[in-house]
Amino acid sequence: MTPVTSTERERVRTDLVRARSARSAREGLIKGILVLAALLSIATTTAIVFTLLQQTLSFFGTVSPWDYFTGTKWTPLLAGDQQSFGVLPLLWGTFYLTGIGLLVAIPCGLLAAIYLSEFAKPRVRKAVKPILELLAGMPTIIFGYFALTFVTPTILRGLFGIPVNQFNGLSAGLVLGILVIPTIASVSEDAMRSVPSSLREGAYGLGAGRLQVALRVVFPAALSGIVAALILGASRAVGETVIILIAGGQEPSMTLNPTQSFQSMASFIAATARGDIPQNTLKYETIFVVGFTLFCVTLLLNGISAKVVGRFRQVYE
Amino acid sequence: MGSRSFSATVTNRGGELSSLDESLPEPTGAEVLPGESVRTSEVMSSLDHHEKGIPTSDAGLGMTIFDCQDVEVFYGSHQAIRDVSLSFGLREVTALIGPSGCGKSTFLRCLNRMNDLIPGAKVGGHVIYHGQDLYAPEIDPVQVRKRIGMVFQKPNPFPKSIYDNVAFGPRVVGMEGDMDEIVERALVRGALWEEVKDRLDENAFGMSGGQQQRLCIARALATDPDVLLMDEPCSALDPISTGRIEDLMSELKERISIVIVTHNMQQAARVSDKTAFFNVELAADEKSRTGVVVEYDATETIFTNPSDKRTEDYVTGKFG
Repeated sequence: MTPVTSTERERVRTDLVRARSARSAREGLIKGILVLAALLSIATTTAIVFTLLQQTLSFFGTVSPWDYFTGTKWTPLLAGDQQSFGVLPLLWGTFYLTGIGLLVAIPCGLLAAIYLSEFAKPRVRKAVKPILELLAGMPTIIFGYFALTFVTPTILRGLFGIPVNQFNGLSAGLVLGILVIPTIASVSEDAMRSVPSSLREGAYGLGAGRLQVALRVVFPAALSGIVAALILGASRAVGETVIILIAGGQEPSMTLNPTQSFQSMASFIAATARGDIPQNTLKYETIFVVGFTLFCVTLLLNGISAKVVGRFRQVYE
Repeated sequence: MGSRSFSATVTNRGGELSSLDESLPEPTGAEVLPGESVRTSEVMSSLDHHEKGIPTSDAGLGMTIFDCQDVEVFYGSHQAIRDVSLSFGLREVTALIGPSGCGKSTFLRCLNRMNDLIPGAKVGGHVIYHGQDLYAPEIDPVQVRKRIGMVFQKPNPFPKSIYDNVAFGPRVVGMEGDMDEIVERALVRGALWEEVKDRLDENAFGMSGGQQQRLCIARALATDPDVLLMDEPCSALDPISTGRIEDLMSELKERISIVIVTHNMQQAARVSDKTAFFNVELAADEKSRTGVVVEYDATETIFTNPSDKRTEDYVTGKFG
C-alpha cells in the first residue's frame, strides 16, 4: 500500500472546505426564507390579537366586564335604556346550536368512520373518502340556503309538521351538524386507519368478529384521534357564521326552544359588521369584544384538544 | 425441478423414496402421506369438550390434530404455496422452516383461516382438524379461530391494561366463569403471573418486548385453545426472552399442539418434534415464486440425516 501524499491530502481538504462554504450559503438563504414565512403568520396572528385586545379594553372602559359576562340581554344596537351588553345570549346561541349540530354529527360521523375504516371494501373507500373531503370544503353559504329554503320549509314544517319560525335554531343546528359530519368522519377514519393492522389480526386470531374488532379494539385504540376529530368538528361549528346568519335568524335569545330564532357570536359579528355603524363608537367596539370572546373560546377548545391528544395518545412502533 | 419437489412433498417420509420419484413426469394428484394418517377410531376423552362448536366425524381423530391435503394459496393470480400435504401430531411441536418467501407463514395462516382476512387470498385443498375440513362451506372462520390460537411475529398487545388484554378473548367468546380466575390461569400458563400480578391494571405497552410476547401467548391461551400457531414468535426478542418462550412451549406441549414458524434453525431443533422444510420454487419464467414442502420428518432426522440435498444445504447454512 502506498501512503497518501501530502499534496493529495491538501487537495481533499480544500475540496471539503469549498463544498462546505458553498452549501452553507445556499442553506442560509433557504433557512432565511423559511423563517420569514413562519414569522409572517406569527406577526399576523399577533396583530389580530392586538387589534381585538385594544378595542376590547376600550369597550371595557365603558361597560363593566361583570355586566358583559353575566348579562342576559344582548341589545347593543338599541338606544338609551334599551341598550344592554350581556353576552350570554350569544354564547348560549353558539353552544346550543353547536350542541344540536353535534347531536347529529357525532353519531353519523363516527358510524361513517367505522364503516369506511373497518367494513367498506377498498374500492368503496377510495371513492367515498374524496367525496367526504370535498363536502368538508364546500362553501358554507350553500349549506345556509339549503337550511333556509329546504330544511325549514320542506323537512321541518312539511315532513315533520314542526311549527318552526322561518328563521330557527333547529334548522340551522341540523345543517351545522351536516356541515361537520365530513370533518368528524374523515379525521376519525384517519385515526382508525392508522391503528396498526397487527392489532386487528391479534383480535381476529382470538376469535373476535368484525364488529367486535372494530368496536373493542380499533375504536378504543384510535380514541385520542377520534376525540381530536370531535373537538375539531365542535370548533368548526362554534366558528361557523353564514349558516346561522341565514337560517338561524338574528335574535339573541336564551331559550331551549329550538323553533325560535337564535344568534351566535360569529353571526352577530357578521350581521353587525356589514351594517353602517360609525367607527370608534361603543357599538363598533362590540364587534371586537365579541370577536375576542369567540377567539378565546376557540383557543380553549383547541387547547383542550391538544391536551386530550397528548394525554391519550398511544404511540405504535 | 417441479416434479421432483412435488414427489418430495408427498412421499418424503420414507427418505430414500424421493430419488425413485425423480423420474415421475407429472404430479399425480392427491396422495395421502404414508404412515402419517394413523386413523384410529379411538376418541380421546380429553377432546370431547372440543366437539361442541364444529361438526366432526370420527375420521382423522386420534393422534393427529391437523391433516392437510394439497393445500394451495393464491394471492390474486400469484400462487404462494402449492401441494402442501402435512399431518401434525397431537400434543407435538411441529416446526416449519425454510428461507424467506417460501410460504411458511402463508401456510400457517391457513390453519386458522387467517388468510380469509387478506383481500384476494384464495385457499384450496383441505385442512382437516379433528376430522372436520376447515374449508368446508358451512364452517364459520370466527369459530375456528376461537379454538386455534395464534401468536404473531411482533408482540401485538392491545393498548389496554394487562388484565383486559388477557380477558379480551374470553370476553368476545363469551366464556363463562370467574374472569379473575380465567385471567390468572392464563397468565400462569404464560409464565407471566409472578411478574405482573401486582400491576394487572397497567397498560401492556409498558412491558418489555419479551413480556409483551408472553402476554400475547397468555392472551391466546385464555380461551383454552387446543392448538397454538406461532409465527416466528421470537424473531423480535433477545436470547433470554427467547429462551423463556421456548421453555414455555415445552410446558404447553403437555396439553396443546403447537405449530411454529421459525427462521432460527437452532430453535426448531430445540423445541420441535417434527420439522417441515419449505422451499421456494421458481416458475419456468423465473418470475413467480411458489412455496412447496421439500421434506417433512422427525426433527432429528431433518437436522442430522436429511434425505433431500436442499434440506441438507439449508440446515447446514449453505443458503437461506
